[in-house]
Amino acid sequence: MNKFAKLLVIIFMFLNINNDSFAQNIDELLAALPSAKFSEKEVLVSKLGDLKTETSIKVLKSLEKGTLYFLRSSKKVIYADKTEEGYILTDILTSEIIGKVKKKKIKRISLNNKLRKFTRTIIAKSSLLSQKPHIRIHSAKVIFGSRSVELLPIINEALKKETNDKVKKQIEMTQARLWLLTEDKKLQEQSLDYFSNNTDPKVQSVINEFIQNLDTEKNDSNLLMYNKAISVVKKIESDIKFFKLIENLFFGLSLGSILFLASVGLAITFGVMGVINLAHGEMIMIGAYTTYVTQLAFPNLIEYSLMISLPFAFIVAGLVGIIIERGVIRYLYGRPLETLLATFGISLILQQLVRSIFSPINRPVITPNWMSGMFEIHPALSLSYGRLYIIIFSITVFVALLAILSKTHVGIQIRAVMQNRSMARAMGIKTGWIDSMTFGLGSGIAGIAGVALSQITNVGPNLGQNYIIDCFMVVVFGGVGNLWGTLTGAFLIGIGNKFLEPFSGAVLAKIITLIFVILFIQKRPRGMFALKGRASEINQ
Amino acid sequence: MMRSNFLSNLLKGDLRAKIFIYLLIFAGVIVPLLNLYTPEDNFLHLTDYHVALFGKYLTYGLLALSLDLIWGYCGILSLGHGAFFALGGYCMGMHLMREIGVRGVYGDPILPDFMVFLNWSELPLAWYGFDHLGYALFMVIFVPAFLAFVFGWFAFKSRVTGVYFSIITQAMTFALMLAFFQNDLGFGGNNGLTDFKDIMGFSLQDTTTKIFLFCSSVVALGLGFIVSNKFIKSHAGIVTTAVRDQEDRVRFLGYRVEYYKLSAFVVSAALAGVAGALYVPQVGIINPGEFAPLKSIEVVVWVALGGRGTLYGAIIGGILVNLAKSFFTVNFPEIWLFFLGGLFVLVTIFLPRGVIGLFADLIKYFKSKKLKTNE
Repeated sequence: MNKFAKLLVIIFMFLNINNDSFAQNIDELLAALPSAKFSEKEVLVSKLGDLKTETSIKVLKSLEKGTLYFLRSSKKVIYADKTEEGYILTDILTSEIIGKVKKKKIKRISLNNKLRKFTRTIIAKSSLLSQKPHIRIHSAKVIFGSRSVELLPIINEALKKETNDKVKKQIEMTQARLWLLTEDKKLQEQSLDYFSNNTDPKVQSVINEFIQNLDTEKNDSNLLMYNKAISVVKKIESDIKFFKLIENLFFGLSLGSILFLASVGLAITFGVMGVINLAHGEMIMIGAYTTYVTQLAFPNLIEYSLMISLPFAFIVAGLVGIIIERGVIRYLYGRPLETLLATFGISLILQQLVRSIFSPINRPVITPNWMSGMFEIHPALSLSYGRLYIIIFSITVFVALLAILSKTHVGIQIRAVMQNRSMARAMGIKTGWIDSMTFGLGSGIAGIAGVALSQITNVGPNLGQNYIIDCFMVVVFGGVGNLWGTLTGAFLIGIGNKFLEPFSGAVLAKIITLIFVILFIQKRPRGMFALKGRASEINQ
Repeated sequence: MMRSNFLSNLLKGDLRAKIFIYLLIFAGVIVPLLNLYTPEDNFLHLTDYHVALFGKYLTYGLLALSLDLIWGYCGILSLGHGAFFALGGYCMGMHLMREIGVRGVYGDPILPDFMVFLNWSELPLAWYGFDHLGYALFMVIFVPAFLAFVFGWFAFKSRVTGVYFSIITQAMTFALMLAFFQNDLGFGGNNGLTDFKDIMGFSLQDTTTKIFLFCSSVVALGLGFIVSNKFIKSHAGIVTTAVRDQEDRVRFLGYRVEYYKLSAFVVSAALAGVAGALYVPQVGIINPGEFAPLKSIEVVVWVALGGRGTLYGAIIGGILVNLAKSFFTVNFPEIWLFFLGGLFVLVTIFLPRGVIGLFADLIKYFKSKKLKTNE
C-alpha cells in the first residue's frame, strides 16, 4: 500500500515537472518572439508547432491573423483585439483580460508572406497531430474547406498516425478532397472512387468544378474520368434528394406530434362531452407560461426546468379546466353551440389576464442545452434534438393516454360515458364527476403541450389562438373520441403540410391543408375514424 | 299614411317589428338633422365623425341581422360570417380604389397605388369592371352569395351540422384571411385597400356624402329587416324554422332540408356582403383583419346578447355591443376583452334569449304582478 502511494507521488511529481517544463518552454519561445528576425521566427514557429497544445495552436493562429502583439515596455507577448477605444489585451497563458491600451504601447509581431504560409502549414500539422481528437477533427474539417494542396503530405502523415476512427474518416475525406485538386490523374481517380463510396453534399461543387476543367481538355483518358465524376455527382444528387425526403418526413412528423399534443386534449373533451372547448388554446398558453414561471422560480435548474414544468403545467392547466367545467360548462349541458361561445368568452378573459399579468410582449423561455443542437445521421442529414425529443414525447403521451383510458378505473368510466351517457349513469357512474375529470385531463394535457410548445414557438398571449384552428382541424379530421384518429389526423396533416411547403410556401400550404380538411369533412362528416353504431348517435 | 299601410301589410301586424322600423326611420331622420341644423357647440350636436360612427353601427346591425337569420331561424351557427362581410367590403373597396384614378400617390390612371408599388404592369383580371359602380354593387351581393352557395352546397348536401359546420366556417374565414394577407393575391396584402377619395364623384370627406352613406345604411338595414321578416313568415321560412327545431322530422316529412338551409345561408351571406360594402366607405379602410376568426365570433355574441331568433334583437345587440366597444376601447382598453369575454359567458348562461328576452320577461312579470294586485 505504502509503495503504491509512493509510486503515485512519483508519477504525480513527474507529471508536474513535465507540465512545468512545458510551460517554461512556451514562455521561452514567446519571450524570444519579439526580438527574433524572420529566419529565427521560422524556427520559433516550428518549435511552437511541435508543442501541439491548444495554447500553442492558438498562439500560432493569432500570429497568422496578425493579432499577436507584444508590450513595448516589458516585451511581454499578448493577444490584442482592436476596438474603437484602443486595444484590449489578453494574457496568453491564463486567457484573462489584462487591460486596454493605446496603440503606441504595443507592437505587432509581423510576418512576411513566406513565413505566413509556413505558419499555416505548421498550424495544420500541429493541430492534425494534436492530443485532443476534437482539435484534430476540426482541423481536418477546416482543411477540407480550403484548397491547400500543399498540406497533402501532412495529411498523409497524420492519417498514418491516426487511431481514432471518427477522426480518421474525416481526415480520409479531406485527403480525397485534396487529391482531386492535384494534377496527378491517379490520385484524382482514387479521390473519385472514394467519393463514390462516401457521398457528401459538400464535395458536390468541387466535383462539378473538376468536371468543368476536364471539359476544356478533352482526350480519352479524361473521358473515363469524366464519366466517373458525373456518376459521383449523380449519386450525390440522388442522395441529397433522398435525405431531403427523409428530412421532410421528419419535419412533418415533428409538426404532426406538436399538433397531436395540442389537439389530443380537445379530442378527449369533445368525445366525452360533445362540447368544443374554444379556450383549449389558452390551456396550452397556460402550460407555456408555467414553464416560463418555473424557469424564473428555479434559475439554477434550467437544464431540468422542462421536467419540473411538466407536472406543474399539468396541474395548473388541469385545475383551470376543472374550474371552467364546474363554473360554466356544467350549466350549458346539451347546448353545444352555446358552450362554444361561453368557452370563447373564457379564452378572451384568460388572454387578457395573461396580458395584464405578464405584459403583452412575448416572454423568453430558455432552451436547455440537451434540447438544442443537431444529431448528424449523414453529412446530408442532420436532425435537431429538440424536434426529436418532441416526437418521442408526444408518442409517450399517446401511450400514456391509451393506458389511462383502457386500464385505469377512471379511464374505463370515461369511455363508458363517451359511448352511452345515460346507460353509464344508470350503471351508477357519476357522469358529472367524470365530466370534470375529463375536462381536467384534457386541459392538463394541453398544459403539457404548452411546455413542449414553449421550446419551439414564442410564448405570448396569442400562443393559444395561433394553434386552436389547427387543433380543430386535427380533431374533426381524425374523428371524435378516438385517440388513434387524432394521432393519424395530426401526423397526416403535419406531413402533408411539410411536403406542400417546398412547392407552395408556408402560407399557401396551410391554406391548402385547411381547404382539404373542409372538403374532407363534406365526404366524411364524422372524420376518419368515426364511432360506429349506437355510440355515434350519442352526444350530438 | 300610404306608407304606414304599406308597412302594416308587409309586417302583418307584428307590433315589435313595426316599432323597430319606426325607430329606424326616426334615427334616419334625426341624425342628419342634428348634424346639419344644430349649432356646433350645442349639446345635441353630432359631428361628421359621429354620423359615420353611427353609420358603421348600422352596418354592424345589418351583419348581426344576417347572422340571426341563419342562427336564430335555421340553427346554423356560422363562425365565418365576417368573411362574407369582408368580401362585400373588398368589392366596394376595389371600386373605390379604381375611383381614385390619377389622384393616387403614383398617379397611375388604372393601377391602384399598391400595384404600382409592387411593380405590377397590368391590372389583375379580378379587378376588371370594378370601375363601374353598378358592376361593383352586383359583385358586392354576388361574391359572398356565390361563396355561400358553393360552401353551403357541399356542407348541407353531406349533412355537416352543428359544431362541425361552425368549425369549418371558422376554417374558411381563417384560410381567406391567410390568403388575403398575401401580396400576390392582388388585394393589397397586409395593408388592404385604403386612401379612398370619393364615391360617385362626391368626396368621402363631405358632410353630405357621410349623411348620404348613413341614410343608405338606414335604408339597407330597413330593407334587410323587411326582407328577412318576409322570408321567415313565408312558407320557406316556416320550414326553415322547423329545420332548426327538428331537422330529421322535417326531412322525414319529405322536405329537402338542404335546399332550405342553403337558401337561408345564401340570403344571409348576401346581406352580410351588403353590410360590408356600406361599412367600407364610412370607415375608409378594408384589410385582411376583417377575416379574422375573432371578428366573426364577435358577431355571434352581438346576436346572442340581443336575443337570437328575433331579428330586431340581433340588430340591437350589434349596436349595443359596439357602443360598449367604442366606449371601453377609448376609456379602458385593458378592460375591453374582460368585458367582452364576460359578456360571452354571462349571456350564454343567464340570458339565453338575450336582452330582448329579458325585456319580455320583465314585462310579463310586471303584468302578472299588476293582475295580482288588481285581484
